[in-house]
Amino acid sequence: MRKYSTVVGLVALLSMAGTAVAQDMTIVSWGGAYQKSQQRAYHDPYMALNPGVKIINSDSSAEAVAKLRAMNEAGNVTWDVVDAVASDAMRLCDEGLAMVLDPDEVLNPAPDGTPASVDFGDLIVSECHVPNIVYSTTVGYRTDLVGDTPPTEICALFDLETYPGKRALEKRPINNLEWALMCDGVAKEDVYDVLETEEGQDRAFAKLDTIKDHTIWYTAFADTPQLLADGEIVMGSTFNGRLFALIEEQKQPVAMLWDAQVFDLDGWIIPAGLSPERQARALDYLKFATDTQRLADQAKYIPYGPARASSAPLVSTHADLGIEMAPHMPTAPENAKNTFLFNYTWWADYRDDLDAKFQAWLAQ
Amino acid sequence: MNRAASATFHDAERAIPDGRTLKSSLRRAQRREKMKAFALIVPLLAFVLLTFVAPVANMLLRSVDNSVVPDTLPLTVQALESWDGESDQPPGEAVYAALAADLKAAVAVRRHMQLAGRLNYERTGTSSLFRKTGRRVGKWDLASDAPFAEKFEKIDEDWTDPALWRLIKTFSGAHTGGYFLNAVDMQLGEEGIELRDEDERIYLLLLERTLFMSLMITLLCLLLAYPVAWLLATSSLRASNILLILVLLPFWTSLLVRTSAWKVLLQQQGVINDVLVWAGLVADENRLALINNQTGTIIAMTHILLPFMILPLFSVMKTISPNYVRAAKSLGASDTTAFLQIYLPQTVPGIGAGSILVFILSIGYYITPELVGGTSGVFISNRIAYHISTSLNWGLAAALGVMLLLLVLVLYWAYDRIVGIDNVKLG
Repeated sequence: MRKYSTVVGLVALLSMAGTAVAQDMTIVSWGGAYQKSQQRAYHDPYMALNPGVKIINSDSSAEAVAKLRAMNEAGNVTWDVVDAVASDAMRLCDEGLAMVLDPDEVLNPAPDGTPASVDFGDLIVSECHVPNIVYSTTVGYRTDLVGDTPPTEICALFDLETYPGKRALEKRPINNLEWALMCDGVAKEDVYDVLETEEGQDRAFAKLDTIKDHTIWYTAFADTPQLLADGEIVMGSTFNGRLFALIEEQKQPVAMLWDAQVFDLDGWIIPAGLSPERQARALDYLKFATDTQRLADQAKYIPYGPARASSAPLVSTHADLGIEMAPHMPTAPENAKNTFLFNYTWWADYRDDLDAKFQAWLAQ
Repeated sequence: MNRAASATFHDAERAIPDGRTLKSSLRRAQRREKMKAFALIVPLLAFVLLTFVAPVANMLLRSVDNSVVPDTLPLTVQALESWDGESDQPPGEAVYAALAADLKAAVAVRRHMQLAGRLNYERTGTSSLFRKTGRRVGKWDLASDAPFAEKFEKIDEDWTDPALWRLIKTFSGAHTGGYFLNAVDMQLGEEGIELRDEDERIYLLLLERTLFMSLMITLLCLLLAYPVAWLLATSSLRASNILLILVLLPFWTSLLVRTSAWKVLLQQQGVINDVLVWAGLVADENRLALINNQTGTIIAMTHILLPFMILPLFSVMKTISPNYVRAAKSLGASDTTAFLQIYLPQTVPGIGAGSILVFILSIGYYITPELVGGTSGVFISNRIAYHISTSLNWGLAAALGVMLLLLVLVLYWAYDRIVGIDNVKLG
């Protein structure tokens, strides 16, 4: 009899443990200030509304594709919602590692009733990806190191005479090859056509050659702000949000060069192969976190443009600094005079090839 | 057989009270002991098998695995067998029909893009060709939509390119040497194995740099560690304890913290350059480039790996009696002779152990070089990490990993031949 009751007790305990685990939801993002902004704009209010759910943060988004692939091979997907850039989302979608989402079915419409697919418009670039922000990669420069003529256009990167000193650029071909061609006289709309040809690639590398030895090639996006703050470089590329923090929060003598900023999208995917229960919870979170108000709220903490058209008018002031956020958005008209949209499908084809060339070029 | 022996033999055969023979019950008892001993190491064995041997074996297999092609395109691969790869004509309708059937099945389970990724390593542009084709093929009806050759041509003219078909035919086996060829800057071209274009060769250069930097780091560690270890081994207990703590403290500090500290020290506007400029040793406009190059990697990694050299040296030196050197000197040897002939040979086991440790650790390092190595100071392991986590070319990463593993084994073998592995002492 005693044995029997022990077994019953154990079973009860196990099932309780089971439900406790089932209420955990692992959300993967990029860490740092960005994940903090999501915590305050999405996670905290969501958990306040759903006291039974506990959101666990993970900051593995940089390796999201590799890790999801490994989890899928091992048959044990432990993530519920994953923040991924559009190109990663496309790869996940291609390989069947992310769930296909119909925006009008799983997302809230805008407050005026506009369906989600229209509200997000052409920012939905993959059938598995729900964008939440538009961010940009742009160049920041030291205002005290550029003399009386602060740079106004991207080609200042290649102008060693007017702006001597080191630069910082990301250690990958994307963005750098495009900027090199634009500064070598190729029209913005022809960049990818030219880059498809052998001569075009040589031309881009030749242009980069002129600043190769004056450049620190980084892999961590935190490098450029640090190098700018230490006066190690005169200008360098990084995300606009990181430069905002450097300028407005840390009050460094740095300004932004919005010219030829490269737009990219970041948003949510839900891994394929979740149990129906977990999937339903992930979808519920997704619906909440991508509604018009929530996307506008995130802009209170970090200057990335909300991906919904209906969120733009709701963007207000920074929660801690109290400054108006709208002029700091990459999408603000003053900043978006000359922008460049990163071509996802083109890079899906040429990434392997150009990366090999880029790394060989760097190593020589 | 003599009597006595046969008597014992019969004794052994004779039944003991519980009905078994002595021999079998002895054997049984021994077997039980053996089983017990084995049971004690089972957890460790299972742990090593599961967490070390199995993943390594899995990785080794990945470097030659090409099953995605025959698994995704079984009918096409079969149909292509009868197509003459030398011809400048695309294959016939049978192959296109097989491809349509294979792709339709693959699209349904979202597998065609994995195949496209594999083929895109060999031919740029295959990725979008398959994405485009996959969208259309999914809507085709296999029974009524034939013939397919024209339909494929209408999607993209690439489908009539014999070179594309030759590629599929070349890579239709379940195994491939393609990743290994790539890992030594070669490729399987139209005319067999050839070197890659000059602007795509990188891995042999990186391998050479990895070896050079690892050897430099090992050598520098040895030069720096030897006197420190000697001091540790010969000073008073109190002094050597304090010294040992000074060696171990940085060892216990996070790797990232130490690497970041080197950034602050070494950069051009950093502490070291500032001091040099202040002292007038270096002109302000000619500040030394100590980071984001090989120098940075070698300095930071020498510091990080130093304890791995000091500790084995120290443990060997501690056991060397000072009497030998004293005896040599009393017999008239100079300090140099006494050191070179008497002391140094006795420390060889420590030198060997420390060098092997430092060299093997540095050859696979990637975090520190990534942060301070710039373009010239990165290791081949940085490319392995890149292919694992960013480009997702796991086959190539595995091939590079196998190369590194073989290299270490060869060096280990060489060490064994020259110095002897029994001569290594870790403590």
